[in-house]
Amino acid sequence: MNAILPAVLFWLGAWALNEWLVRRKPASKALERTIRLIVPILFGVSLLVLWEGLVRGFAVPAVLLPPPSMIWTRLISSLPTLWADFRQTFLKSVITGYVTGCGLGFLVAIAIDRSPFLQKGLLPLGNFVSALPVVGVAPIMVMWFGFDWPSKVAVVVIMTFFPMLVNTVTGLAAASSMEKDLMQTYAASWFQTLVKLRLPAAWPFIFNALKINSTLALIGAIVAEFFGTPIVGMGFRISTEVGRMNVDMVWAEIAVAALAGSVFYGVVALVERVVTFWHPSVRGGRA
Amino acid sequence: MTNREKIVPVLTILAALLAVWYAAVVFLNAPFERDTAARAGTTISFSEIVPRTMAQARPVLPAPHQVMAELWDTTINKPVTSKRSLVYHAWITLSATLVGFGLGTLLGIALAVGIVHNRAMDRSLMPWIIASQTIPILAIAPMIIVVLNAIGIAGLLPKALISTYLSFFPIAVGMVKGLRSPEQIQLDLMRTYNASPSQLFWKLRWPASMPYLFTSLKVAVAISLVGAIVGELPTGAVAGLGARLLAGSYYGQTVQIWSALFMAAGLAAVLVLIVGAAHSAVLRRMGVRP
Amino acid sequence: MGTAFAMPQIRPDAFSPNTASPDARSVVSARGLGLTFKTDDGPVTALTGVDLDVRKGDFVSFIGPSGCGKTTFLRVIADLEKPTAGTITVNGTTPEDARKNRSYGYVFQAAALYPWRTIEQNIALPLEIMGYGEAEKRARIERTLALVNLSGFGKKFPWQLSGGMQQRASIARALAFDADLLLMDEPFGALDEIVRDHLNEQLLELWARTEKTICFVTHSIPEAVYLSTKIVVMSPRPGRITDVIESTLPRERPLDIRETPEFLEIASRVRDGLRAGHSYDE
Repeated sequence: MNAILPAVLFWLGAWALNEWLVRRKPASKALERTIRLIVPILFGVSLLVLWEGLVRGFAVPAVLLPPPSMIWTRLISSLPTLWADFRQTFLKSVITGYVTGCGLGFLVAIAIDRSPFLQKGLLPLGNFVSALPVVGVAPIMVMWFGFDWPSKVAVVVIMTFFPMLVNTVTGLAAASSMEKDLMQTYAASWFQTLVKLRLPAAWPFIFNALKINSTLALIGAIVAEFFGTPIVGMGFRISTEVGRMNVDMVWAEIAVAALAGSVFYGVVALVERVVTFWHPSVRGGRA
Repeated sequence: MTNREKIVPVLTILAALLAVWYAAVVFLNAPFERDTAARAGTTISFSEIVPRTMAQARPVLPAPHQVMAELWDTTINKPVTSKRSLVYHAWITLSATLVGFGLGTLLGIALAVGIVHNRAMDRSLMPWIIASQTIPILAIAPMIIVVLNAIGIAGLLPKALISTYLSFFPIAVGMVKGLRSPEQIQLDLMRTYNASPSQLFWKLRWPASMPYLFTSLKVAVAISLVGAIVGELPTGAVAGLGARLLAGSYYGQTVQIWSALFMAAGLAAVLVLIVGAAHSAVLRRMGVRP
Repeated sequence: MGTAFAMPQIRPDAFSPNTASPDARSVVSARGLGLTFKTDDGPVTALTGVDLDVRKGDFVSFIGPSGCGKTTFLRVIADLEKPTAGTITVNGTTPEDARKNRSYGYVFQAAALYPWRTIEQNIALPLEIMGYGEAEKRARIERTLALVNLSGFGKKFPWQLSGGMQQRASIARALAFDADLLLMDEPFGALDEIVRDHLNEQLLELWARTEKTICFVTHSIPEAVYLSTKIVVMSPRPGRITDVIESTLPRERPLDIRETPEFLEIASRVRDGLRAGHSYDE
């Protein structure tokens, strides 16, 4: 019981400090940026402390919810296993499938660019498929392509293809009619208009798909592993360790998945800021 | 005229997909027929193979009409309470989806209201909410199911919780955007009226957030269904569409997998359509032209 | 700033008295031109029975209320719309051929600069499309930037400049290649009056220096009278020309010319023309 009170006090204290911090009007830009960074970190840390304190204080069995310290210990001691899983699921399945699926979606969008008929046919279908539980194809892909990573790649390709197709087609139509008229007065060719106007104008949409897909790809690969996999992989580890009630190992795996997902997303978002520096949403963020 | 212009391309693409599907059925299922014939010591002509590829019990790829027949058989011909009825399994999944979706919507809206009205909540929670969207949340699903099972909570609730967990993120993020969408001049106008915070909320922020809410709801309801289906995987395939998928993959019943997939797709379509209809109904009542 | 803008594509014979029949000097020549749009509410006649000649070196303003077809006419000249009746030639060819010969510098209501390109790169855009060499491109960018008083702003992005500067950059972009014809569609419509006066003055100076032919759409009477050698008054439903006024003002025009009786007389004639063509049934 004695762990609860300090933990709750710490959490309340951190919250009060945050309340105080966000009311400051810092003189310098650097100080303001520091505060913006400290507040969520403090909140996250206080949440971990609260978790640790409550679990210890109420003596929650580790099978239900292990304290963060135990997860951390487990994570450190199982690094080789976690790395092997990461390589199998993330480096082989996710990255290959993501690049293939996004690339295909982009190329098909360009290919049907000159055919309004195909666009009118594919766009509603693409939008429809994006709302479907596409992960459901996982058992079929496992049957067709086997237990190893190629079947996971197939699932990821199918999941990422349609969001990319829909966003690229929408993005290519995003240039204003005035901008397109301008290109016409120059008697610019289709290819020149594509490269110099419509692709740059489409980047924000394409990056939107790349960001959505970064999350979808990881989900697809992990869920596909629930349907059959060699004895390595993040999804495999989670489902077997859950079966053995090694919940701390599951949490360690989830921590790795969370880190991988966030870094993946972060990298895409960073590239987006560089490529679409001119877009109001990015400019506003920097000013 | 305009409707036909919209429908004809879609139907053409669908017809093309169907043709590709049938061609793939012949191509993928033919090796099995050739093997069978070779084992029996006979040769088999192409015209004999084609009809057989569409009538296998466990084809690599079932023909569309096989899937349709299975769908018909398991929805119309079976009593709804039977464990062999697809309607029964769809209902199991749908109920978990709806409960989870409802809880997720309430939680998401509550969180968004808190974030918009409290700076500390905004600054400390918002980065985590955004970061959590990048995490493969579905990975936690098996653990939630099994852990809740261990403490005696089984059935609908654990699956619904996964759906809740999945659906509250898009709603919270969308609603924060929506509640903040009124422009400064509109806020200033309310200020000149000396409107109370609750008046400001109900007369400006809430109506302004409606388009954002419904856009998020469409995403959330689709992902709720995914959550419920995935939530059925680790429980050992008892009931629900996810269980049908898993059982089908255990026993190689491809026709069963495909019909469960089509049922799930149909369910998703109906749910998104209902949310879409509610969306346009609310917008029409608010005087926005569709 | 001091160097004259090079116009290598001027054909000397265009000014020689031997060939100086009115049509031979016409850059734009329209006869019985009409354009009817099909809409959901039935056909809309945007232009009908338009006869007009624009001569080399003219500054022609098109003025009229909205819906009178002034922008549509400009778009027909630029081959952005196809006429449904009558004929139109540009430099003696069809608008489409003229477009393919890169005869048009079009300036839109908004600057329409690409936000991912710097001002320099925006001016370079038509030059890239038309395949100019690197050195030539540099020289032309410098020259046109100086021409619109934007030297030193080449490395900025459009969104870092004011609205007036953006519109000047878009004029520079239209001047960068050797278009025969400058088509301007209410280019200063969104700017405030003081900036507008300033840009009008600069535009006249530019016109004098480059000897371009300019077609200019506006709905401001003082702007039309101040800038033009020829004012085309148009009226709506159906869009048509109701009056063509040749300006008697000298080519050299300081801003305060707008207070002279001569100016006011032309302005009042334009106003009368607009009133006569204006139906008050709305």
